[in-house]
Amino acid sequence: MANETVSKTFLVAGALSVVCSAFVASSAVLLRPKQAKNKDLDRKQNILQAAGLLEEGKSIEELFQQFEIKIVDLATGEYRDDIDAVTFDQRKAAKSDDQGIPVEKADDIAGLARRSLYALVYLAQDEKGDLRQLILPVHGRGLWSTLYGYIALDADLSTINGFSFYEHGETPGLGGEVDNPRWKAQWIGKKAFDESGDLKITVLKGRVNPDSPTIEHEIDGLAGATITSRGVDALLKYWLGENGFGPLIDRLQSKEEKSNG
Amino acid sequence: MADKPSKVVLDPLFNNNPIAFQVLGICSALAITTKLETVFVMAAAVTVVLSSSNAIVSLIRNHIPSSIRIIVQMTIIASLVIMVDMFLKAYAFNISKQLSIFVGLIITNCIIMGRAEAYAMQNPVGTSVLDGLGNGIGYSFILIVVGVVRELFGSGRLLGNVVLPLSTEGGWYVSNGLMLLSPSAFFIVGLYIWALRTWKKDQVETS
Repeated sequence: MANETVSKTFLVAGALSVVCSAFVASSAVLLRPKQAKNKDLDRKQNILQAAGLLEEGKSIEELFQQFEIKIVDLATGEYRDDIDAVTFDQRKAAKSDDQGIPVEKADDIAGLARRSLYALVYLAQDEKGDLRQLILPVHGRGLWSTLYGYIALDADLSTINGFSFYEHGETPGLGGEVDNPRWKAQWIGKKAFDESGDLKITVLKGRVNPDSPTIEHEIDGLAGATITSRGVDALLKYWLGENGFGPLIDRLQSKEEKSNG
Repeated sequence: MADKPSKVVLDPLFNNNPIAFQVLGICSALAITTKLETVFVMAAAVTVVLSSSNAIVSLIRNHIPSSIRIIVQMTIIASLVIMVDMFLKAYAFNISKQLSIFVGLIITNCIIMGRAEAYAMQNPVGTSVLDGLGNGIGYSFILIVVGVVRELFGSGRLLGNVVLPLSTEGGWYVSNGLMLLSPSAFFIVGLYIWALRTWKKDQVETS
């Protein structure tokens, strides 16, 4: 059959599509379990990194054992032991009817649209069982994508021990600079709340003025990524605020004061 | 017509280098050459895709209607790139994270389609694979040269090992920040082409 006929053209195009799609589909199916495992490991590594607990030479799974994993009812800040923390998937929960709710437009500064009623939090404790670090999952809209990350708070529940994103689709080199170690390093030691307990952490537009009186609450914006920076600012304000982990933080704070007094 | 196999493989190294002589595939050479580690993975990925796409295109070259030949080549290349990308995500997750979109962008690397169209469409499978391999190695060679210069002078390291201790970390070397930015790859590729054409005068275009 000659090559330049209509029927041959269709035949070649059709056969090629079928063969190529079969290859792409089968490699997608075959490699998915391995990819999912990598993603999970990467997420755990991110939690450890946010908490500053990553150690050379120790496996991530091993280090991860030190966390106590709890499910929090976001509205009350109470732990819920009746939901299985191992199988709980916050993203699925947000979409479901029984575990997710729509976020009110006026409150939705982080562009979530829907969120889960519950969240997984990670507690690092010392030998006596006192809280050393609280690691909270946060997410929100950037420019192109939703950014997912973890923020680690110190025992005072205000000092930031680390903050990093494990998944986003921002422009490499601009918004993607949220992964830049130098930018992430400036979060360490900043205070999320002021003395009176008001949420003050802010990502500025431009650089932090070294003489600023509120320097302990301020973070440099990312150059060339105004909307991503704004998104990071908003998602922290949402998740550390009253609609996010505010109730949990308040509850743990009052418990701490009681145990100290 | 029958090219000597050694000539097919070695020609793209200096005489007919895809980056230095054909001036193709520059964009990825800029994007991923700040660190040698990513350079190696990218170079391997491009070489694999290039050889396999040349092989497949050459295998079916007598059955491709010329009216749809470009889209046929594109489909084959795209499928291969998607598979390589998924493979990296499964077995080299950290590096694939660093390469981010640039693995996917191998599809748009002109070298691959250029070789399919210019070589694999007219030549038997064996030499087409060799041509892909040779061009892949030629591309890799430039990438490695650029990567070595950028990582060494940009961050004082080679493959992550400290060679020039940075002044910010207690050493003596003040790093050259330009090397970490994409334009530096332009300068390095430019200087390389200059040097190459001084050595091999026949590559100079007659104006």
